[in-house]
Amino acid sequence: MSDLAVRAGGQAGDGIQSIGETVSRCLSRMGWHVFGLNAYQSVIRGGHVWFQARAGDPRPYSQGDQADLLYALDPQSVAVHAPSLRAGSTIVHDPEKFAIADSDLPVGVRALGVPTLEIARKYTSQSILQNAGGMGAIAFLAGIPLDLLHEVLRDSFGKKAGEVADWNVGAASAGYEFARAHAAPNDHALGRKGAPKLLMSGNQAIALGAAAAGCKFLAQYPMTPASSIMHWLAAHAQTLGIVVKQAEDELAAIHMAIGASFGGVRAMTATSGGGFSLMVEALGMAGMTETPLVVVESQRAGPSTGLPTKTEQGDLNLMLGAGQGEFPRAILAPSHPVEAYQAMLRAFQLAEDWQTPILVASDLHLSENVMTVDREEIPTDVEVRSLFTVEPNGHDYQRYQYTDSGVSPRALPGQPGLQFVAGSDEHDAHGHLISDVKSGIPIWVTERQRMMDKRMRKLHGIAAATEPPAWEGPAGADLTFVAWGSTIGAVRDARASLAERGVATNLLRFPTVYPLDPAVVQAEFAKAKRTLLIEANYSGQFGRLLRAETGVHLTDRLLKYDGEPVYPHEVVARAVEVLNHGGK
Amino acid sequence: MAESSAQPTPVPTGPALPVIGKSDTKPTWCPGCGDFGVVAAVEGALKRLKIPPYNVVIVSGIGCSSNLPHFLSSYGFHGIHGRALPVAEGIRWANHGLTVIGTGGDGDGFGIGAGHFVHAMRRNVDLTYVTMDNQIYGLTTGQASPTSQMGQKTKSTPTGVIENPIDPIALALASGATYVARGFSGDVKQLTDLVAGGIQHKGFAFVDVFSPCVTYNKVNTFDFFRQRVYKLESAGHDPSDIVAAWQRALEWGDKIPIGLFYRTERPSYEDLEEVLHAGPLLRQPAGLKGHESVLDEFV
Repeated sequence: MSDLAVRAGGQAGDGIQSIGETVSRCLSRMGWHVFGLNAYQSVIRGGHVWFQARAGDPRPYSQGDQADLLYALDPQSVAVHAPSLRAGSTIVHDPEKFAIADSDLPVGVRALGVPTLEIARKYTSQSILQNAGGMGAIAFLAGIPLDLLHEVLRDSFGKKAGEVADWNVGAASAGYEFARAHAAPNDHALGRKGAPKLLMSGNQAIALGAAAAGCKFLAQYPMTPASSIMHWLAAHAQTLGIVVKQAEDELAAIHMAIGASFGGVRAMTATSGGGFSLMVEALGMAGMTETPLVVVESQRAGPSTGLPTKTEQGDLNLMLGAGQGEFPRAILAPSHPVEAYQAMLRAFQLAEDWQTPILVASDLHLSENVMTVDREEIPTDVEVRSLFTVEPNGHDYQRYQYTDSGVSPRALPGQPGLQFVAGSDEHDAHGHLISDVKSGIPIWVTERQRMMDKRMRKLHGIAAATEPPAWEGPAGADLTFVAWGSTIGAVRDARASLAERGVATNLLRFPTVYPLDPAVVQAEFAKAKRTLLIEANYSGQFGRLLRAETGVHLTDRLLKYDGEPVYPHEVVARAVEVLNHGGK
Repeated sequence: MAESSAQPTPVPTGPALPVIGKSDTKPTWCPGCGDFGVVAAVEGALKRLKIPPYNVVIVSGIGCSSNLPHFLSSYGFHGIHGRALPVAEGIRWANHGLTVIGTGGDGDGFGIGAGHFVHAMRRNVDLTYVTMDNQIYGLTTGQASPTSQMGQKTKSTPTGVIENPIDPIALALASGATYVARGFSGDVKQLTDLVAGGIQHKGFAFVDVFSPCVTYNKVNTFDFFRQRVYKLESAGHDPSDIVAAWQRALEWGDKIPIGLFYRTERPSYEDLEEVLHAGPLLRQPAGLKGHESVLDEFV
């Protein structure tokens, strides 16, 4: 097994994200699976930001717990990250900027002073070029071939910036040669592994999945950590023929998407918890008018503005309860870009088949971090069915016809002879309101109940059409982790490290968090010996849902709500505690 | 101006063509409500333009007037309070072969929906928005609205309104609407002309209609308007003159203008949205097939 983690730290504006993406891209092109963590703050300049590129085999599903190389652009980066460095690690810094005292170095960690500013000055007065020299040194220590670093740097500058790209390549070479002259590669340095992989964020996978699913319309209002879904689709709108609309607010965004869907195209919106709170009323309108809709809710730490750049799974209750009254919905919760891509394919199909809103729950940890995927993991050959579900036949058309499945034939505006009004008021099978002069009249009281029953019946079909809970790891293990969404990544890595220590565990993950089929869920839990629920929220929202829907009560929990992602070592420690002491 | 390859709404001809008419749902408005005149004008305009009902979507929010889509034989979307316009915009972008008409009241459009109103106008979406402005909340039984006049006593303002009313015409001019008109439901003939002109206009057409509430607004009655309104077209107003339009918009009191304040040509949002140049979105291919090369950027 191989595992190498490279960190870069500094202030916002220092170019940390570019360093991290460049190193991640190099490792991914070498054929390694990569997990790239982008830890930033809600500031444009200053503060402390860092990026970690972790590569290895088996595939890293989280940021891991330790790093091997640190490129520190300021003293604070040393103070913050030195404790996470494994013995044998190296800190790259420029002594012209700041010195590192031996007493600041953990045991077994050394500092390598690289004259990055001096290297940069040979080319330009712009100090940002120092990063190329630093990356060159890091590349040598990490085992990244210099020619690959050159290639990635040139690709990142594109064809336009010939001179700037040349400077970067030159500075990278100088940094690389300096490191070769003064240090040896890290013990965990990686070589070329195989064919290049694709490196993408969860949001990019969501956007790609939407496009593959035939989405033709996105309306969105900027909000971290959902904005980059709009960025990717906007950048490809002309190529893919997708209308991307930045709306005046989230209210408009979801209503535009509902209008576009009513008009006949697959449509979506995306937001975070604050924006989703504004969309709540419209979500119910999509349910009431039976208009297909996909909403991506990328959670961040709340409540209110909360921690805009930090992660949490605190919006599950909101997603479950969003909207007055009751209407059918599903909540899909991918944990990885591959799953995010597939979740979007599934979400659009579910929305169209069941004519109701489908939520895809992401969070900052999945949305904004980058992970590798193999090309075959994201199939693009997806059949996009025609939307027309009914043709005029001269008979009385009922848009909300009572059916066993609850799904009624859907006409689109422009189809002759099928005119109807989609009403947010309660209505009969034709769509005629029963909310005013008919309300309270006995036959219409009955009609209301029938119409509620019709809509809610769809939940049975949705439950059967969604992905059931899935097992990973050996059957009959002593401990079963239970998780949903992005925290699954840390659980996967924790399972691997527990297995190394001879502790067999498995994972029951929930790609669909709602609806849950009680019989299915109970049968799965019957196979578990001892359980440990992992969630990134205060109250164990999924645990409560599980108990309410299925009667399964998980008493041992690891709940994290400090804004930081779950780390594998935290999962390991809690698992050992539960196994040794019976939890609590 | 960008060239659009999108086909304009066809105006079919022939005897077999279905024409818009009343639906089998009877209006629930109070006898004498101004909104009867508005639904008659919308129906009349669509008939005159020979737009078949299946190519029309009437979109509304919530309020007495927002029930309008139910009373005509076109497609309709009767949504939630204040949100008619973004739904209407979404429908247009999905299928810009459709004629889309937004309808609603002053509370719906200028209160809870004011943000959407301003933005739909600045982006010049090609739709027609008809507001039935009765200067009161009727469906919720008589509270002040954004266009209630200073001093008006309502259930929510028993000692009189102390906020300056919104001037929808001035707001529309300031927001970049390219067709700005005011009608009076007491003059269905002129109103029909204004609505038809709005539907034919390429871009955002706004028609604010004095549509008196006979139950809850005892100030701004049919008689109130009959005594005050005069027609811009009879007063020598030039609707291409933005300065003159502003001057007319500010007139309020003994003389209140109705008619077309302003009309100009500007590319619509649909003209400028390049993706729509390939035709209505719902007729375009979907999916990643043929676009697999977008994956290359991730290597």
